[in-house]
Amino acid sequence: MAGYIAHRLLWSIPTLIVITIATFVIIQLPPGDYVTAYIAELVETGEVIDAETAAHIRHEFGLDRPMYEQFLTWIGGILLHGDFGLSLDWKLPVSELIWDRIGLTLLISMLSLLMTWVIAIPIGVYSATRQYSFLDHLFTVLGFLGRGIPDFLLALVLMWMGFLYFNFHVGGLFSPAYENAPWSFAKFIDLLSHLWVPVLVLSTGGAAGLLRIMRANMLEELGKPYVETAYAQGLSERQVVWRYPVRVALNPFISTVGWALPALISGDVITAVVLNLPTTGPLLLRSLQNQDMYLAGGFILILSVFTIIGTLLSDILLVLTDPRIRHS
Amino acid sequence: MQDETILEIKDLNICFEMREGTVNAVNGVNFSVKPGEVLGIVGESGSGKSLSARSIMNLLPRNATVTNGSVKFRKTDGEVIDILAEKRESRKMRELRGGHVGMIFQEPMTALSPVHSIGKQIMTTLSLHTDLSKKAQVERAADLLAMVQMPKPMEMLKKYPHQLSGGMRQRAMIAMALSCNPSLLLADEPTTALDVTTEAQILDLIMSLQDELNMAVIFITHNFGVVAEIADRVSVMYLGNAVETAAVDDIFYNPKHPYTRALLQSIPRLDGQKRHRLQTIEGMVPDPFNLPTGCVFHTRCAEKMAGKCTSQIPELTHFENDQMARCHLHQA
Amino acid sequence: MSEQTLSDTAVEPAAEVKENSSYTAKPLTLMWWRFKKHKLALWSLGVIILLYLVAAFAGFLAPYDPFKHNRLHPFVPPQSIHLFSEDGTFQGPFVYGLKRQRDPETARLSFEEDTSKINRIRFFVEGDKYKFWGLVPTKLRLFGVEGRRNRIYILGTDKLGRDLFSRLVYGARVTLSVGLIGVFFSFVIGITLGSLAGLIGGTIDTVIQRMAELVRSIPTIPLWLGLAAALPVNWDPILVYLLITVILALIGWTNLARVVRGHFMTIRNQDFVLAARLSGATKTRIVTRHMLPSMTSYVIAAISLAIPEMILGETALSFLGLGLRPPVISWGVLLQDAQNLRSIALAPWLLIPGVAIVVTILAFNFLGDGLRDAADPYQK
Repeated sequence: MAGYIAHRLLWSIPTLIVITIATFVIIQLPPGDYVTAYIAELVETGEVIDAETAAHIRHEFGLDRPMYEQFLTWIGGILLHGDFGLSLDWKLPVSELIWDRIGLTLLISMLSLLMTWVIAIPIGVYSATRQYSFLDHLFTVLGFLGRGIPDFLLALVLMWMGFLYFNFHVGGLFSPAYENAPWSFAKFIDLLSHLWVPVLVLSTGGAAGLLRIMRANMLEELGKPYVETAYAQGLSERQVVWRYPVRVALNPFISTVGWALPALISGDVITAVVLNLPTTGPLLLRSLQNQDMYLAGGFILILSVFTIIGTLLSDILLVLTDPRIRHS
Repeated sequence: MQDETILEIKDLNICFEMREGTVNAVNGVNFSVKPGEVLGIVGESGSGKSLSARSIMNLLPRNATVTNGSVKFRKTDGEVIDILAEKRESRKMRELRGGHVGMIFQEPMTALSPVHSIGKQIMTTLSLHTDLSKKAQVERAADLLAMVQMPKPMEMLKKYPHQLSGGMRQRAMIAMALSCNPSLLLADEPTTALDVTTEAQILDLIMSLQDELNMAVIFITHNFGVVAEIADRVSVMYLGNAVETAAVDDIFYNPKHPYTRALLQSIPRLDGQKRHRLQTIEGMVPDPFNLPTGCVFHTRCAEKMAGKCTSQIPELTHFENDQMARCHLHQA
Repeated sequence: MSEQTLSDTAVEPAAEVKENSSYTAKPLTLMWWRFKKHKLALWSLGVIILLYLVAAFAGFLAPYDPFKHNRLHPFVPPQSIHLFSEDGTFQGPFVYGLKRQRDPETARLSFEEDTSKINRIRFFVEGDKYKFWGLVPTKLRLFGVEGRRNRIYILGTDKLGRDLFSRLVYGARVTLSVGLIGVFFSFVIGITLGSLAGLIGGTIDTVIQRMAELVRSIPTIPLWLGLAAALPVNWDPILVYLLITVILALIGWTNLARVVRGHFMTIRNQDFVLAARLSGATKTRIVTRHMLPSMTSYVIAAISLAIPEMILGETALSFLGLGLRPPVISWGVLLQDAQNLRSIALAPWLLIPGVAIVVTILAFNFLGDGLRDAADPYQK
């Protein structure tokens, strides 16, 4: 058991290294660099920058040094000082810009994951135990719809409906009054009143998929002999269903938490752009467009690291919950 | 219901509604069990034997309906429960299952929960039907495992089904079924999935426990040899009908129904009577959607009487020594 | 169990006729038989074929040139088609003319039906010039309205007065083909790596597995964004289009590889492979003639489930402005116009491309589910 966890931990190290390098390469891929993008932007507004100033800016940001050197400086800073470098665009340390946003992204992702389960598990169990009932059919149809509507489209439609019928502005995470206010209880309540929209948007798709998996798993488990044994022991239907097959049917859920997390974070990025949330999405998009490489790199790196941790946790959880894996 | 019987099944009829039509899976089954008696039910697959046993637990598949008949069970305190009149989920039924009637199944591989330890599963039954403290439950579970002759019972409690061999799993299953001292044990082909030596051990175990605890056992099997070894009385089933029921000796030495006779002739013998070929029963089991009219066995019967057997359903004929058979040969 | 056995014997007589031919039927034929029973999947297949036909004959089906601006008709709402005029006389299919109004306060243009003008719909009319399949110059369009200056906008227009229906039909070409081409690339990568991993095993298997795990553990959208942002803005749209599909494929191959690898692992030691080996078949022959065909059905199912992923990917990227960019028309690009609340509130019909996306994705999902269920022809 401990050996297994150690093994998994060890494996995540090369994964992390590869991800770091990949991240850096991706950001460096576009021809030109931040200064090129910066100059292009200035030219549009009519300003001109001569080659000397450009070279000066490049030197200042270390953009004239070889790539591996830039990489080593970058990663060295992160590992040794937790310094993610300077955002070229904002002229601010990256760490100042990203942690709040990443925190909100993770909060939304986690809540969505919870929501996904809260929706999918009871409905899946119900659908399986009352197969072909009216509600089962209804949930199946809803599930299909949920799977077919992309996150950002759902966000758009919700936004429009909110405006049309409730004259309610869906979007953002805070009311204007609280946007720049320090954290307080009132601000927290305000956050909650906005939070349900992105959480709903993000959990719909996942819940629809999991619902179908849960239903199929449950149907399979309910047909197994051990269920009959449980009835023969004198357990009631409710006890039988929730103690035995649900536990077995949940295993695939636990093992996919790791994969659900990247999907949710991805979903958050695009939904955030639509709903104008102060999470990673809009800033990441902008940093990529401006080739603000340390900022973009910081985002991608941290999000990936959290995903890897998520995967690791789900693997460990799976081992803890399924004795068959634990002992093999 | 007679005073000395613990279980009585009368005129039981069960059918399935399926897309392809209605299947009459059990057609007028009658038998009764006395305390401490071992009843063997023999039949091919599809003869309705498992279904009859499940009706005792009121655990029929959801698409099955009981169209006629009754199943009555007498608890040790004398109260008689009309099982089919109870709701599937009623308190009485749940007390009965596991508490007064234990059941063991064919597949020890899959009949135990894969995510709970053996001990946990036994203790679940105990906590449902007894007031034992947690500690007492552990002790009782260990005692039970010792009783079914599992080595190192305390360690076994923590094991999961996949860590045990088939024979050991079946022992754990038996321990679970017996945990609350049931007065009736239903054994649905408990040895079919086991190899021959393990089968013998499990049979021995069931027999000795039956003796020790003086409980009644209904033992379902398709193996006549097993029946000969353990049963006091035998009921032979064919296509949902109990065609013959009798004491084990009468079944083997004085069978009344042609189907019983044919089955007995298809058992290989070692007692010197040399035959070149084993006899087989001619023909195929009929399509359950189109059961034959009259006696269901007439399509394969060597002693068929034209006219009578093909059109009239035979009545149950009673013989001496509590032997009964459904066959026109024995009707006046 | 008795019920099981009962139903076993029960099915036999009815299925007997088919049984005989099913001994000799090929896996794909069996798959088709099973698939046909799946009504929803069958309908979805019909919808998908229809969609691709629309894409193929976009020039003919669209009444107008999708790029042509019309300064007089910005944000025209969808027009409804009538059969009877106001006084109840039958006119054949027609639309009313447009009445332009300007709100005196906001100075915003709005359009209303002018019930005095009846523009009859005509079929096989001469419209804007286009090249049929890029080869034959023609003016023939499926439908249009009478009168040179009259227009028909069944789905309305965008802010530049371009006909949304024409744009939607042309956009289908790009969006639907991105799915196919992207899947083709990921199919090539997935099948190659998957079979390498499944066949050779050992270190290669571990390396490929780790690679797949790595790709899967990076959140896709940031990765797409990163890669797509690497494509220069001023490149040829065709090149960008191809590279976008490659990017989608680079991320999407893992699932296919997993299916192929898993299947190789299970059939590697099965009797028919052993039989082929014992009868002296070469390794290549075993793989190409025995093992790969045995998983065709699974691969087809996996592919049909991968296509909607690709389409979603393209749509999301283009929607964010990092994928395809105007003047290329794709459904994602069309949705860019509906990115903020103001434009949706003003012109809700701009969300119609979203409906097209949902229909397409649902159809592919149903099809994929049906195929997956049908993929195991020997299972009951």
